Amino acid sequence: MTMDEVYPRLIAAAAPERPRQALIRLRKVGKTYQNGTLALTDVDLAVADGEFVSLLGPSGCGKSTLLRLIAGLGAVSDGAIDWPQSALDARGEPVRDLGFVFQDPTLMPWATVIDNVYLPLKLAGVSRRASAPRVEEALAMVKLQGFAHAYPRELSGGMKMRVSIARALVVKPRVLLMDEPFAALDEITRFRLNNDLLRLWQDQRWTVIFVTHSVFESVYLSNRIVVMSARPGRIIDDLAIGAPYPRGDAFRTSTPYNDFCRLVSGALGRAMAGADEEH
Amino acid sequence: MAVTNGTKVTPATQALPLGARIAIPIILGLAVMATWEFLVRYLAIPKYVLPAPSLIAEAFWDDFPSLMGSLWVTLSVTLSAFLIALVLGVAVAIVFVQSRLFEVSLFPYAVVLQVTPIVSIAPLVLIWVGLDHLERALLILATIVAFFPILSNTTLGLKSVDHNLQNLLDLYHATRWQRLKELQFPSALPYLLGGMKISGGLALIGAVVAEFVAGSGTGTGLAWRIIEAGNRLNIPRMFAALMLLSFLGIAIFFSLSALEYLLLHKWHESAVGREN
Repeated sequence: MTMDEVYPRLIAAAAPERPRQALIRLRKVGKTYQNGTLALTDVDLAVADGEFVSLLGPSGCGKSTLLRLIAGLGAVSDGAIDWPQSALDARGEPVRDLGFVFQDPTLMPWATVIDNVYLPLKLAGVSRRASAPRVEEALAMVKLQGFAHAYPRELSGGMKMRVSIARALVVKPRVLLMDEPFAALDEITRFRLNNDLLRLWQDQRWTVIFVTHSVFESVYLSNRIVVMSARPGRIIDDLAIGAPYPRGDAFRTSTPYNDFCRLVSGALGRAMAGADEEH
Repeated sequence: MAVTNGTKVTPATQALPLGARIAIPIILGLAVMATWEFLVRYLAIPKYVLPAPSLIAEAFWDDFPSLMGSLWVTLSVTLSAFLIALVLGVAVAIVFVQSRLFEVSLFPYAVVLQVTPIVSIAPLVLIWVGLDHLERALLILATIVAFFPILSNTTLGLKSVDHNLQNLLDLYHATRWQRLKELQFPSALPYLLGGMKISGGLALIGAVVAEFVAGSGTGTGLAWRIIEAGNRLNIPRMFAALMLLSFLGIAIFFSLSALEYLLLHKWHESAVGREN
C-alpha cells in the first residue's frame, strides 16, 4: 500500500474531534540566540485543552527550545506565546499552570525522594505538613510509595524518572511539558512508563506536550504529532493520530499503528530532506 | 557484576578490614620507635642530637602542665582563626555569586592575599596589632592563611549547580534566598568541606608560623615552646612539643573528615561505599 492510499484512510479514521478552546497559542514565534543562530522561525501552534501533542523532529530542530519557551524559560525573539485561558500575575505574565519534566531526572542528590517531590510546594510556601497528602498522592501516581525515604542514588534510571514526573505532578498542573523524558531509558522501562503516562493522562485530563525524536513513541502516545524541521526550526507537518484510547501493548503491533508510523516517518523524512536541500 | 568461576573479586582498597587498617600503622609506629630507641642506645647518640623516645616521653611527662597550656593557646588560636575564616570565606563567596561585579573586582585581591607568603606579612601585622595584643596578631595571620581555600572552594561550589535544577527553580519563581538555601548551599557543601579540610591544616600552620615570627619572650603557644627548647638545647622537650603539634594537626584533619562523612555519606559519590 502506498502512502497516498494510507493517508486518506488514516485521516478518515481520526476522530474528527473539533479543537476545543486553545490553552496555549503560539503566533509567529521565533528564537534567535545571542550568537546569531536562528533556532526557531514562524512557529504557529495552538494546543487545545486535553490534547497529547508530540513535537517530533531531528536533533537541532529546536523542539526542546520551543518547549522551554512555552514554559517561560527564556524569552521569544519574535511573535508571542499566549495562554488565553490563564490569568495574569502581578508582572503581567500569564500564570503558567504547568509541570516540566527534563530529559535527565534532575533530582537533588542530597534530598530523599519525598523531599525532591515536595520542592515545588516548598518553594510556593506550603508547609511540609499541609503538603504531605499531595506529595503522597503524587508518589502514588507514579507507583513509588515505598521509596519515599530513599536517596536518588539508590534508585534505578526508570525510578528516578518517576520521581521527576511526581515532582512535576505535585503542583497539579493543567499542562505537562516533557522534554524527551524517556530517551535515556531502556526499551522495557520506556514501554512501561509510556503506559503509565497514558493511564495518568486519561485519568487526570491534562494537556501534554511531549518532545521526542522517536516516531514510534510519538505515535503510541499522542493524538497529535507536530513534525519539525531543522535549520531553522519550524513546523512542517501537523498530523492527527486518531487511534482510540486506551492504547495498550496490542496497539503497538496493530496495523493502524504501523500505518501511522509509516505516515509519520514519511513526514519526518520530508522534514529532514528539506533541511538537507537548503544546506 | 560478572561472576566467573564463583570467585569474589575484591578491590584493593577494600581488602583490609577496618581493625587492620588502624592496627597496622600503629604497629609500624611502635616498631619504628623500638628501633629508634635501640639505635640511640646502641650507637650512644647524644641526647642533644637525637633523644631516645623514652627520653621524649620523660620530657613530656615533666613538662606536662606547661605543654598543655601551650597546646591550649595554639589550639584556641587555630580554632578561632579557622572559624573566622569559615564564616568570612562563605560570606564573601555568597557575595561573589550574587554579583559578577563583586567577584571580578575583589577576587584578584583575595588571590594576592593567598600568594603572598604569610611569613612576609607577619612582621607588619605584628607591628600594627601585635605590640599591644599579640594573640590578635596571631589570630589575624592564621585567619589570612585559612581564608582562601574556603573562599575559592565555596565560590566554585555555589556555581556548580545543575543547570536543569536552576531551570526548575526559575519555573517555580524561586526567590534568591530560596535558590541559595535549596540549591546552592547543598551543591556547595562537598566543595566547602574539601576547603575546610585544607583550611584546618593551614590555620594551624598559620598560628605556628606567626608565633615563630613573633619571636622571643612574648609567645606562649607550642611554637614558642619549640623555640625556647631549641635555644636551651633541650631537644627532648622540642620533640615533645613537636609531637603535640603533629597530634593537633591530625586531630583537626580527622575531625573534619568525620564531619565530612557525617554530612555527605548518605548521598555524595565521594562518601558512598561502592557495592559493585
